[in-house]
Amino acid sequence: MIRHASKLATCGAMVAGMVGLASASWAQTEVKSPTLDAVKKRGQLVCGIDTGIPGYAYQDASGKWQGLDVALCRAVAAATLGDPEKVKYIGTTSKVRFSVLQSGEIDLLVRDSELTLTRDSQLGLMEITPNFYTGQTIMVRKSLNVAHVKDLNGATICMLTGTTLETNISDYNRANNIKIGTLLFDRPEEAFAAAESGRCDGYTDDGGSVAAARSAMKKPDDWVFLPETLSRQPLGPHTRQGDDRWTNIVKWTHFAMLEAEELGITKANVDEMKKSSTDPQVKKFLGLEGDLGKGLGLDNDFAYKIVKAEGNYGEVYEATFGSKGLGLPRGLNNLYSKGGLMYPWSWY
Amino acid sequence: MVRRPSSRAYAAQWLLLLAVLAVAWFIVADAADNLGRRNISFGFGFLADRANFDIPFRLVPWIESDTYGRALLVSFLNTLLVSALGIVVATLLGLLVGIMRLSVNWLVRSVALAFIEFVRNTPQLIQIIFWYVAVLQTLPSPRQSIVLPAGLLLNIRGLYIPNAILGAHGALLAWLAVAAVIATPFVWRLDIGGWRIGAKALVLPVLAAILLGAGVDRLEWPVLKGFNIAGGTQVPPELVALWAGLSIYTAAFIAEIVRGSIQAVPKGQGEAAKALGLKSAPRMFLIILPQALRIMVPQLTSQYLNIIKSSTLGAAVAYPEVFQIFAGTVMNQSGREIETIIIVMAIFLAINLLASAFMNWYNQRVALVER
Repeated sequence: MIRHASKLATCGAMVAGMVGLASASWAQTEVKSPTLDAVKKRGQLVCGIDTGIPGYAYQDASGKWQGLDVALCRAVAAATLGDPEKVKYIGTTSKVRFSVLQSGEIDLLVRDSELTLTRDSQLGLMEITPNFYTGQTIMVRKSLNVAHVKDLNGATICMLTGTTLETNISDYNRANNIKIGTLLFDRPEEAFAAAESGRCDGYTDDGGSVAAARSAMKKPDDWVFLPETLSRQPLGPHTRQGDDRWTNIVKWTHFAMLEAEELGITKANVDEMKKSSTDPQVKKFLGLEGDLGKGLGLDNDFAYKIVKAEGNYGEVYEATFGSKGLGLPRGLNNLYSKGGLMYPWSWY
Repeated sequence: MVRRPSSRAYAAQWLLLLAVLAVAWFIVADAADNLGRRNISFGFGFLADRANFDIPFRLVPWIESDTYGRALLVSFLNTLLVSALGIVVATLLGLLVGIMRLSVNWLVRSVALAFIEFVRNTPQLIQIIFWYVAVLQTLPSPRQSIVLPAGLLLNIRGLYIPNAILGAHGALLAWLAVAAVIATPFVWRLDIGGWRIGAKALVLPVLAAILLGAGVDRLEWPVLKGFNIAGGTQVPPELVALWAGLSIYTAAFIAEIVRGSIQAVPKGQGEAAKALGLKSAPRMFLIILPQALRIMVPQLTSQYLNIIKSSTLGAAVAYPEVFQIFAGTVMNQSGREIETIIIVMAIFLAINLLASAFMNWYNQRVALVER
């Protein structure tokens, strides 16, 4: 009997222990994000960006990084660390960008990278959501008098290697039974020089990058964009697979910038709105009501910090690609309510 | 047994080998483990997948629907082509500058010295980009092509050479012509019962030219059509820039090797040749250079290997060699980073091992046989 009882006790203890362990580990998975922990411990976000291209990521006259992608890095730093300046930027070439992320050298990759099935399924990466919609665009010299892409039969187009550009051209060739030649360069400097000198008839990249290339030409007005795009190119941030919480933080940081635009909250009026707004949507967004931020493992006012630091998506676009930047119309990157594709997920 | 130094040495070597293998195994296992944990698959099956991109310059046919494996072959041949061209020109130019460096004429000597010091003290990549951007991109557009003799066209897109379209038996005749040219030096040395053929062997190359001419049906001239020149064979500026960058840079190093090797030949050899009444040219080419060659060969080998490896700089000027096509486009499209890098490394290792094996064989052939 006594032996029985002790057996039972052992059994009970084991069960209790297992339940305890399970609940502990369950509780842990809910808040645990190795990347977020590492960022907080380091006191700095390490963000992989482009090595330098107007619009996405470039250094201004004072050497400070600017751009649409840089803004997302800064916004994530503001949301997680409370300070948009606490970012270390790692310039990555298109060849190494994914390896650098896989190896853990960077916490987040925001480098005008296309979201594709192959990358999502075979590289151990998470594709979050597009922060820039574009399509492969070709720019040619005005003097060639070319109006459409299909008129380019026999022409040679310069582009960068390590991308999806040459495949899209190849698909276009097969679909239209024409032959557009390609010339692949490792770095933008030589590719721009080759286009400028006439070695190629045109230059191609995603719409944003071609706008950047045009701004680098000696006489930008000599170049025109052809109206057709050869591909859809949803560009967006990437994280490592297996850290879902971190992926969520990046995703909702982007959505916070969209939601702010939707709600009419800007960098300039965010403090005012926080003080005086009676709109429950705004109050929830800025963390005055509910606990949306806590669910992400962040401070409840993370969205306030993001808008305070970077402004809303529209402001960032205007400063980088829009009227104050490269002069690219907003197009697909407008809010859904204004004819674009930017559609924030529901904020509750 | 244990005390014998030789068996102890063997034991130490075996232990070292085991340790190296253990470390290698650990690295491979660790990499495989990490790949598995990051949900990355590993394998070479992707070589049979459709490539779907264009390779603008190639020696063998290529269409966009070919496989990655075929892309590897095409880019491999491009690497071999530019390496071979680079080695030939670097050797000839290096020999010339090396001999100039020892000239009794002050101007000739100084020009060679200036060339060497300027070229070998500036980065090779910058030189390649210089040839490409600053020199070749100043050529006129296709519409304003420079017309050269024999129907050649020169413009910013390259040098265009008329194509010979072979007739019905053209291919056979062309192969016969090649065989005739290859046979020439052997026939030259032929000795039939004391009757040496010698210079009469030059009939063969003439015959080859006639055979080639007979095989050609018509010529395809390069002409402007649309945006580009159509017809003819294009020598693209990317190839020329890389070729120039590789051969001129290495020629500077080879020139110094040549100079050093010539100076290492005992002075008495030159003096003896002079005493026999030989003029300066035969003295150099018959007496001194053959002896200097023995000293040169091992050092030349490493320069040749450098040329082959530096051909990867072609990626900067859009020359489609192995590194650009395979470690660039294919790596990006297939996502197979480790596999593509392993393949590219294996290819360069193979080319370089073959090149050094050949040079070692040649070295043994020319080395002084001591009895």
